[in-house]
Amino acid sequence: MKLVIGIFRPEKTNDVLEALYHADVRGFSMSRVQGHGGELERVETYRGTTVRMDLSEKVRLEVAVSDEFVEPTVSALREGARTGQVGDGKIMVLPLDQVMRIRTGEHDRGAVTPVSN
Amino acid sequence: MTAGIDTGDTAWVMMATALVLLMTPALGLFYAGLVRSKNTLNTFMMCLGAIAVAMVTWALVGYSFAFDAGNGIIGGFGHALLSGVTLEPRAGQTIPHLLFFAFQATFCIITTALVCGAVVERMRFGAFLIFAALWSVLVYAVLAHWVFGGGWLQAGGALDFAGGVPVEIASGFSALAAAIVVGPRRDWGRQAFLPHNAMFVLLGAGLLWFGWFGFNGGSALAANRTGVLAFVNTLLCPACTLAVWFVLDLLRTKRITAIGAATAVIVGCVAITPAAGYLSPGWAMALGVVAALPSYAVIVLRPRWRVDETLDVLAAHGTAGLVGLLFIGLVAQIGWNGVSDGLLYGNADQLLWQALAVAGAVAYAFVVTFALLKALGALMPLRVSPSDEAIGLDVISHGEEAYATGEGALLVLQSESASAA
Repeated sequence: MKLVIGIFRPEKTNDVLEALYHADVRGFSMSRVQGHGGELERVETYRGTTVRMDLSEKVRLEVAVSDEFVEPTVSALREGARTGQVGDGKIMVLPLDQVMRIRTGEHDRGAVTPVSN
Repeated sequence: MTAGIDTGDTAWVMMATALVLLMTPALGLFYAGLVRSKNTLNTFMMCLGAIAVAMVTWALVGYSFAFDAGNGIIGGFGHALLSGVTLEPRAGQTIPHLLFFAFQATFCIITTALVCGAVVERMRFGAFLIFAALWSVLVYAVLAHWVFGGGWLQAGGALDFAGGVPVEIASGFSALAAAIVVGPRRDWGRQAFLPHNAMFVLLGAGLLWFGWFGFNGGSALAANRTGVLAFVNTLLCPACTLAVWFVLDLLRTKRITAIGAATAVIVGCVAITPAAGYLSPGWAMALGVVAALPSYAVIVLRPRWRVDETLDVLAAHGTAGLVGLLFIGLVAQIGWNGVSDGLLYGNADQLLWQALAVAGAVAYAFVVTFALLKALGALMPLRVSPSDEAIGLDVISHGEEAYATGEGALLVLQSESASAA
């Protein structure tokens, strides 16, 4: 079992969700985060005040998956999120000790496998 | 005051001019609420851009093409660069010519802004400004001449009180042409686009209705009986459209929606625009009921079309304007308007002329806008790149965000040494 974390551009969210759907990955959590990954800073001007935006809006997606789903999930994330420009984001895979589905009390593999129907 | 000028009329039309100008930022709010948050500023700026561009073109040649004598199709250059636009009244009017120019200018501005609703979220800002400049002269001014400036429709007897032809039909069918030429947003048909701020939409609709009292009520160009009729009809008709829209929403989705209500207000105001000074109050209420149906149908069908006419300019303005223009031909009453009867009161010719006005305006607006954008598109890109479209036009076109958090924003100082230190 692994926890796959993807951090990518907000404008690629829809592409990532579509790619995950095609890879049969159904359960995940998403949050909006701000970060900096070496991309060129945006310069914005407000009433003559020029500011450099060091933090960019990103989306962070967390997916807990069983081992055979790690590779499809990572591929789908990359395929959906990539533009080829600096600032596309990162995909991180972390070991996962335990997962429990709150509703049923199922553990681990049963907990990360989507309910069919 | 100069002889021939009425102080009451002048005071009301000055006020009405300010009311109509308010409609353009109100439209900016209405439109900005309907788009996604990353395009908020760009959408509002297209409306402000219309003020900047159309006011100038109107003063240069637009007003002259619309209101100089000229021929049946287009006015001449007699009033170009404001020549002859003085503080004396025009023939048959009781307000200074300069005020009449300003009042009509606000109509050209709001109409130019209306068209942007078809192309928001993907059109380049610079390309839109150039389009707006040419459109305000080639489409708006010409159609205004047809019905207001002594053109062939006015001469024949077609009635258009406050701009069913040059404002509503022109914007609606130009929007359709613009949406076809510019093309759909990149995720059209694949992703749902939700309005990002429904409160902006409601506030914008409310302010538009408020401004519309100047638009219709001011179009009598006098504080007189016709002005009062138009003013009160602008209250009655949209309220009826709103009530009918509630019922339609209830029948279709079992819920009455807020954005639907905002749309209904616009549809009702549009429908009464050409007819405001010609119908009895009772028929104005009937028009509010009738006008709701076709516009509602177009809005329901639009997501199934491949044409991404983004903010329903065709449904709200083109369709409702068309209904209002035809309705005059059916139920106008000389007892109320002092001008002409409709078919129901024994004058079939009126309906014929109203139908001609609709057909001529639809054809002219669609064809000229289509050709204009095709020609512009051959000279410059009309759209931003797909990646810029994904990022959003606020940052790409204006270097600002509507909802900036300010986190991680560093002040850039003027000198390099200061920022290095």
